[in-house]
Amino acid sequence: MSVPTAARLGFLSCHVCERVTRAVTGAAAPKCPRCGARLHSRKPSSVARTWALLIAAAILYVPANAQPVMITTSLFGTQRDTILSGVAYLWQSGSWPLATLVFVASVVVPLLKLLALGYLAASVHYRSRRNVLGRSRLFRVLEFVGRWSMLDVFVVMVLAALVKLQSLANIQAGPGAMWFGIVVVLTMLASMSFDPRLIWDSVGEDDGRQAGAI
Amino acid sequence: MAMALLVACHECDLLQREPDLPQGGKALCSRCGATLYVRRRDTIDRTLALVFAAAVLFAIGNAFPVVTMEIQGQRTEALVWQGAWRLYKDGEPLVGGIVFLTAFVFPLVQIVGMLSILLPLRLGLTPRYLVPAFRTVEESRPWSMVEVFMLGVLVSLVKLSHMATVVPGVGMWAFFALIIVLASATSVLDPREVWDRLDATAANGTAPDDCREGSTA
Repeated sequence: MSVPTAARLGFLSCHVCERVTRAVTGAAAPKCPRCGARLHSRKPSSVARTWALLIAAAILYVPANAQPVMITTSLFGTQRDTILSGVAYLWQSGSWPLATLVFVASVVVPLLKLLALGYLAASVHYRSRRNVLGRSRLFRVLEFVGRWSMLDVFVVMVLAALVKLQSLANIQAGPGAMWFGIVVVLTMLASMSFDPRLIWDSVGEDDGRQAGAI
Repeated sequence: MAMALLVACHECDLLQREPDLPQGGKALCSRCGATLYVRRRDTIDRTLALVFAAAVLFAIGNAFPVVTMEIQGQRTEALVWQGAWRLYKDGEPLVGGIVFLTAFVFPLVQIVGMLSILLPLRLGLTPRYLVPAFRTVEESRPWSMVEVFMLGVLVSLVKLSHMATVVPGVGMWAFFALIIVLASATSVLDPREVWDRLDATAANGTAPDDCREGSTA
């Protein structure tokens, strides 16, 4: 017998309140009887949406890193900082734990998220059955860490809000901050549109076919 | 209502019988190990108390400056919404918007939303707006980023400390307390109990036959 999942047994579970309902065949756009959220067995065109958002994020990741996120104007001239030069500055000024933190949050996490979500989407597309539990855990981690990438945007915001001393020094957000903010939002939307249940859908599928053949 | 209901794992979709849990018990998916649900003790009362505290802290945090900076006699201070506004005026409306939404609007939605749901529930009232309101609270949670914002404040403090005197303000302490209180509120909240109460009081005659275990046979 194949693994008894809600989808195979003709049930729908609500993604908001988790109530399980029997699927009515032919009913267009069923809604959860308890919370009213739209019900679907799997998130609609999950893999395609994830890919679209990931590709958009990957493209914008380039200007996010190439363009300055922060522009400092002072008596000594104008300094344009990208995310990486900001990390380098922190490192040189001796706050290496903080430099590491910012590096992880604004470089490692977004890159990891782009690669790992891409891997998950591809593995679902090719109906991989390898390391299902590991992939499921990977997704759990990705969902949790994604939002921390917003760190650098907040740093720029606080600095731009505080350092407004007409003649002495002025800090402004650069265009990179906008691209970077969009990248973080896009990767969050990408992981929200990915349905982790798809990872498990290839498991126990063949068993069903075999049972049918015998 | 002690009937055996079905639960589908939100991570792997395995359909399983809902185990009866003791207070504080946790149900794990038997296939992938994801947490199906946790039963919390006095969830409404406890969450309500914490959300009240969060509301007070949020008000303080936004009424007083988070940081004050001093360079050669010149002082500037920043509040959250001011920071977002300055970004907007500097010609970065999008960044300002993202900051305003994630550090101000969505945390506010969380706090006001939970108050407006739990308070009537505690008083035994179930106005109609409760269901869409709770759905909004549950769905918007990932976008409320107070803790990420505060980490950003800390990083900027260190960056500024090389060139200016920076003093953490009342707002900052309020925000730190807010992080702890909001996190505890989410961890003592048992969404299933809230949904169950909303369901039981919906009273429009839709008996949950379709999700009872017997109906699979």
